[in-house]
Formats: sequence, C-alpha cells, structure tokens
Amino acid sequence: MDIPRLFILNETIRNLYFHVCMWFGMMILFGTSFVYSIKYLRGFNLRNDIFAYNYAAVGSFFGILGYATGTIWANYTWVTDQSQSLGSILKEPKLIGAAIALLIYGAYFVLRGSFTDMDKKARISAVYNIFAFAMLFPSIWIIPRLVGSLHPGAPGSESGNPALNFKDIDSRLRMVFYPAVIGWTLLGVWITTLKIRVQLLKDKTLINE
Amino acid sequence: MNKIFYRLVFVISCLMCNTILFAQDNKPDMADLMRSNGKIYVVVAVCLTILIGLFIYVFLLDRKIKKLENNRD
Repeated sequence: MDIPRLFILNETIRNLYFHVCMWFGMMILFGTSFVYSIKYLRGFNLRNDIFAYNYAAVGSFFGILGYATGTIWANYTWVTDQSQSLGSILKEPKLIGAAIALLIYGAYFVLRGSFTDMDKKARISAVYNIFAFAMLFPSIWIIPRLVGSLHPGAPGSESGNPALNFKDIDSRLRMVFYPAVIGWTLLGVWITTLKIRVQLLKDKTLINE
Repeated sequence: MNKIFYRLVFVISCLMCNTILFAQDNKPDMADLMRSNGKIYVVVAVCLTILIGLFIYVFLLDRKIKKLENNRD
C-alpha cells in the first residue's frame, strides 16, 4: 500500500491506522456508554447499567492504548525537531487534555466501586457518566485546538501531517483508514459484548428478580 | 626535548579537535534502530503495543469466564 511521503513522519504515518483508530474507537464506545446511561436513567433497568459500565471500561482501555501508542509515536517524531524538547512535549495541551479525560473516566470506576447498594451505584454512576462524556469534548477536542499544540489538527502545527484534518487527508490513507476505524471499533464492541454476557450471566439472578 | 614534546602534544590535540569537529559534522542520530528505514519500526512498536495490550485484556476476560464456568459446575 503506497503512502504519501512526508518529512519527519516518514513511514510513521502508517500509525494513523492504529493510534488514531484507537481514539475513534474510544469515542464511539464512550458515546455508546453515554447512550446506555441515559437509557438507564429513563427506565432504571439494571441491564442498561451493565451495558454502560462495560462500554465505558473497554472505551477507557482503548484510550489507554491510544495514549501508549501516542507516546511511542511522539517520541520519534516530536523530539526530532531542534526546537522541540521533552519539556515542550510535557506542556502539550493535547496530552494533558487526554490524560484529564482518562482520569475522569478513572474516577467513574472508582465511584462505581465505592457503592454497595446496587441501585444507588447504577443511578449515581449513570449521572456521572453523562458528565464524563460531556467533559471529553472540551478536554480532548476543543482546548487543544484553541491553544495550539504539536499534535496535528491544531493551529500552529505545520508538520504537514494530514491525520485529523479531513480537508487534506490523503485519499490513499483514507482507503485504509476508514475500514480500519470500523474494524477496530467492531473489535472493541465484540470484546464489550463478551464482557456484558459474562456480567449478565453473573447477575442473572439479580436481574430476573 | 621539551619543545618537541609540546609540539607533538599540540599537533595531536589539533588532530583530535579536527576529529571532534568532523564528528559534529554528521550530527548525532540516537535510537538508530527506531529511526532507520524511514522509522518503520515505530509503526511496528505501536502495532505490537496494541496487540499485546489487547491480548492481555482478552486473556484476563478469558480467566473471568473460566472462573464463572467453574462456579456453575
């Protein structure tokens, strides 16, 4: 598969199929979790709570994978430039925003773990999940774009990376990128359904009451 | 004797300076493996990170299912 020839990035532009797809998958899984949280609050069906929890769990896992792959990628593309040292990477708003978003979801699991009452746990964590999903947008989409960062897609980065800029993403990348997003997302959904089925089997007695 | 010695030291140090300057000419490239072949090994590392991560996650899930199966019997 031919790819556009870019400076600094070189062959690493192929990470678009892995790193970026992780975040796309994460957004879709968190979105699904958000929908199930709203569904839970509408009918108070514990089944929806289990769905919301497991989608959020796999979504966070995808987020952690996205973060880990991002650190590897950044290590070999952002540090190369003379003006960019480790200090400028640590100040990177995209990294801080993503870390905040993942920590907010971390707090969701802490919150869930701290309740002993089933209904209270489900209700409060559903409300918190809606808040966490709302916080995702400013922390990873809006603020990095406002202040400018090394990450492509933000103003101020002129590394020539077409990754998240849909106006100039290369059509050769697009041909693999979109199927890859669908593929990774479906893999995430499949793992989630496995988790949900295990949970439903475990809680069968509780739900049928 | 002393004069010759100092001259020798001077010449050698000049030569060494030259090699140092020469070394600065082709700038240091660290982490050679990762930067070789158009940084393709970065892609390999990213790919392996995701695969290993997913395998660990699915393996833990498998253990959970196994525990559940044992409880049912």
